[in-house]
Amino acid sequence: MKRLGELERAIMDVLWESAEPLTVRQVGARLTDRDLAHTTVMTVLDRLAKKGFAKRQRDGRAWRYCAAADREAYVTELMMYALDQTGDRSAALASFARRVSDDEAKVLRKALESLGETARD
Amino acid sequence: MFQPVLLLAAVAVGTVPAAAALASASWPYRSPAAAILLWQALGLSWGLAAVGALAGLVAVHARWGVVGGVLAGAAQALRDAALGSTAATLIALARLAFLVAGAALLTLLCWVLLAAFTTVLLARRRHRVLLSLLAHGDPKVPGALVVDSPAAAAYCVPGIRSRIVISAGTLALLDAAELAAVLAHERAHVRARHDLVLLPFSALSQAFPRSRLVRQAYAEVALLVEMLADDRALRHRPARELATALLRVGASGAGHAPSGALAALTAPEGETVARVSRLLAPAPRLPAPALALIWSAAAVLVLVPVAVLLLPL
Repeated sequence: MKRLGELERAIMDVLWESAEPLTVRQVGARLTDRDLAHTTVMTVLDRLAKKGFAKRQRDGRAWRYCAAADREAYVTELMMYALDQTGDRSAALASFARRVSDDEAKVLRKALESLGETARD
Repeated sequence: MFQPVLLLAAVAVGTVPAAAALASASWPYRSPAAAILLWQALGLSWGLAAVGALAGLVAVHARWGVVGGVLAGAAQALRDAALGSTAATLIALARLAFLVAGAALLTLLCWVLLAAFTTVLLARRRHRVLLSLLAHGDPKVPGALVVDSPAAAAYCVPGIRSRIVISAGTLALLDAAELAAVLAHERAHVRARHDLVLLPFSALSQAFPRSRLVRQAYAEVALLVEMLADDRALRHRPARELATALLRVGASGAGHAPSGALAALTAPEGETVARVSRLLAPAPRLPAPALALIWSAAAVLVLVPVAVLLLPL
């Protein structure tokens, strides 16, 4: 399982870095540090497409794959959920410090200063 | 059969002002674990008593308390409704209506718990998949995953395959000691499965979105769970590091605070301030007799409705 996860990640990195859709062979060729069978790359790309992370399109007799959304979009999704900006305050995650109101932030900054801390940037 | 039903009704009604009193009490911050136990007992007691009181109106005397009585009574009411005179039919139908109300409440409670649990599991799975594609390790925070985002976030994804996540923004914001304090806090959440404590309250607040008390209960238990993790982190790290970490992360998040409807859903004003002042100027823990009293109260709260429901009276 762990190896499969790593492979998915490596292949997504290839798709994210590529400006255009890639064939299975091209994806395999860009993973130079791994000696991967053609079918392995194909399976993982297929899985990624099923999970919605990759999109594929016909190009002659081959499929070409690209990322369904760029990396930043997924990071944004992750952070939106983590910072509880989606509005559904579910108990799925446990945040260290919840978002605070502007008023509370002022109180916090004052408290930091009174602790003898200077603001760090 | 009316006395046990009245007792259940009294418990169901009585838990409401008790919960309101607990929500505004100040002692829970001194012993968060005891307060959480009392919240759980209040919630469970209310649910059992409310369902039992509604369904119990149809009960007749039976060997297995209200539960057995309800089953026997329902059968009798159905017979009365089918065979009796008009007056007897109306009374039987009225009693059956209460039974249906009780069953509906029980179904709703079970359903929201199940729905909340499923939602949470799916959200966590999606989150873990995204993390496996995007996050990476960092020697500054051993055992945690780092997401490259400038916003300050630090959280855990609880579960069997738990994850602790720190954003690049938090890495830049905190020094090494503060990061260690944050990790200790999150590890406490993961180890003690605090998410399971929170889940029923989150489910209830979704089932009764208009109830101020239910929302208050959820916010209060969420805050108490944070305090529990803070206390746990203090076993390994000094209070000041944890406090400054909280202040920095909290203050940096101000730009993200939404206004209006969403803000109403957040925990009570000053949650972070309450945690920090508790860390820097801790009040003494509750004395042992007070804790014993709270535990006994929690036990009585749950045992009374269970006894009424199951024991023949």
